[in-house]
Amino acid sequence: MKRPLPQLTDSNRFFWTAGEHGKLRFLRCTDCANLIHPPVPICGKCLSTRQEVVEVSGRATLAAFTVNHQMWIPSIEPPYIIALVEIEEQPDVRLTTNIVGCAESELVIGMPLAVEFEHYEDVYLPVFRPLGMGQRQPGEGA
Amino acid sequence: MDKYESRSAVTGMGMSEVGRRLMRDPLALTFDACLAAIEDAGLTREDIDGVCTYPGTVGGAPGISGAAAWDVMDALRLDVKFFNSGLEQAGQLGSIAAAMLAVSAGLCRHVLCFRTVWEATYTQLQRTGKVRYSGGGGRMGGDQQWRIPYGAASAANWIALYCSRYMHEYGLTREQLGQIALNGRRNAALTDYAIYTEPMTLEDYLGARIVSTPFGLYDCDVPCDASVAFIISHIDTVKDSRRGTGVGFEAVGTGNHERVSWDQGDIRYEPGLLGAAQMMWSRTDLRHEDIDMLQLYDGFSFNALCWLERLGFCAEGEAGDFLEGGARIARDGELPLNTNGGQLSAGRLHGYGFLHEACVQLLGEAGARQLPNQPQTAIATSGGGVPGSAFLLRKL
Repeated sequence: MKRPLPQLTDSNRFFWTAGEHGKLRFLRCTDCANLIHPPVPICGKCLSTRQEVVEVSGRATLAAFTVNHQMWIPSIEPPYIIALVEIEEQPDVRLTTNIVGCAESELVIGMPLAVEFEHYEDVYLPVFRPLGMGQRQPGEGA
Repeated sequence: MDKYESRSAVTGMGMSEVGRRLMRDPLALTFDACLAAIEDAGLTREDIDGVCTYPGTVGGAPGISGAAAWDVMDALRLDVKFFNSGLEQAGQLGSIAAAMLAVSAGLCRHVLCFRTVWEATYTQLQRTGKVRYSGGGGRMGGDQQWRIPYGAASAANWIALYCSRYMHEYGLTREQLGQIALNGRRNAALTDYAIYTEPMTLEDYLGARIVSTPFGLYDCDVPCDASVAFIISHIDTVKDSRRGTGVGFEAVGTGNHERVSWDQGDIRYEPGLLGAAQMMWSRTDLRHEDIDMLQLYDGFSFNALCWLERLGFCAEGEAGDFLEGGARIARDGELPLNTNGGQLSAGRLHGYGFLHEACVQLLGEAGARQLPNQPQTAIATSGGGVPGSAFLLRKL
């Protein structure tokens, strides 16, 4: 059974396929430079409707985490780490995501993270790995 | 202040049987509760001129909605001037506020409000193949796409994230948090309809299987089958009701000024509570010391902790100390909390249980669990991660 995946639309495709090029992307307000997430066709800060898709560094900070032990989705075997991460360029933009390459005991709120992507069909799920904990080896994960 | 809250009151309450896997039609539970509430108010169905409920017809997860407004209007052949339902209300009890508004505006004299859950039976029907899960298989759209693909599939995960952040910021311990669950279990032992009544120790609580850190099994409420109903009547009719009295609304908070989001707002707390809490207090001269008991939404233990702080019963970050040892929130403490056992032990009556418990306690009709010092005021809340609501109630 496959992992539940996002339905790609003209509004979210830029986000869920950004990993094809190894970069994390967000909408940005053309007028006030506010990053907009989740994607919505207006800026919540200045109400401008002019926006563009931009690449960000992919660095983030661990803001909160939970280790899930209960099976909710048969294709996703527990335990696994669910986290809230804050994007380096604008920390009030957060992603709910998974932390990979790290044991629960090594997690510290505030630790720096870097994005990587798990590829399923036409979707690249952004996940995060603590900086300095090594890069994904070929064949690992996903 | 001339306020809409003063123009209506609760004159009737009804509750169906409450249980796990009752295997009854949720409409049957609904009619049990609704007819009981109508009778309790001393009314007949001809008197009912409004219907409000939460959430009404929903797709994907029908276990959380056992009956819609239209089901009840049609089955009971009601002749109404106003009705509504929906998820997008100020918590489950937002449907009570809608009824109060309809009465206050002069549209209705007696509004029937109800909330029916049948999650336990629905899950059993899924397991045995008698209903097909309608939410699986396809791609995720809307808000769910941001969490479900990561296995963050339950409110247990989303609210555990806030709790982990809160523990990091303020040093809350599981022993302190567990007082909410232990208090609920002690209270449930006196509640005839409660699901879990066997004694629970701190060791039981800490040793239960982990669902999503820091939440163990007993931090999570228990899905059940039940329906709860109320009659919201115009204040002028209360003297003619069966009791000749009722439960009045001192102030209601239905506001929201946070992001409507599971991850973009203040991640130290369950979202959607602060606006409701602040609005409630802004509409009354009563203050914290005037409150005799709390019936706070506890879909998870941490939800109730968030309400304690957002309502200002303790300062930011100090709920752990407030809960330490559990004496303060016990039935004989200074601020009894969730005197029926809450959703953690009595069952997930989903918001409506808190208002029901507040009403029976204020009316002195709580039987074995009646608080020894007759309470005159109560706060009941609903929510659970969606924008919530807070009700300050008092005996008329």
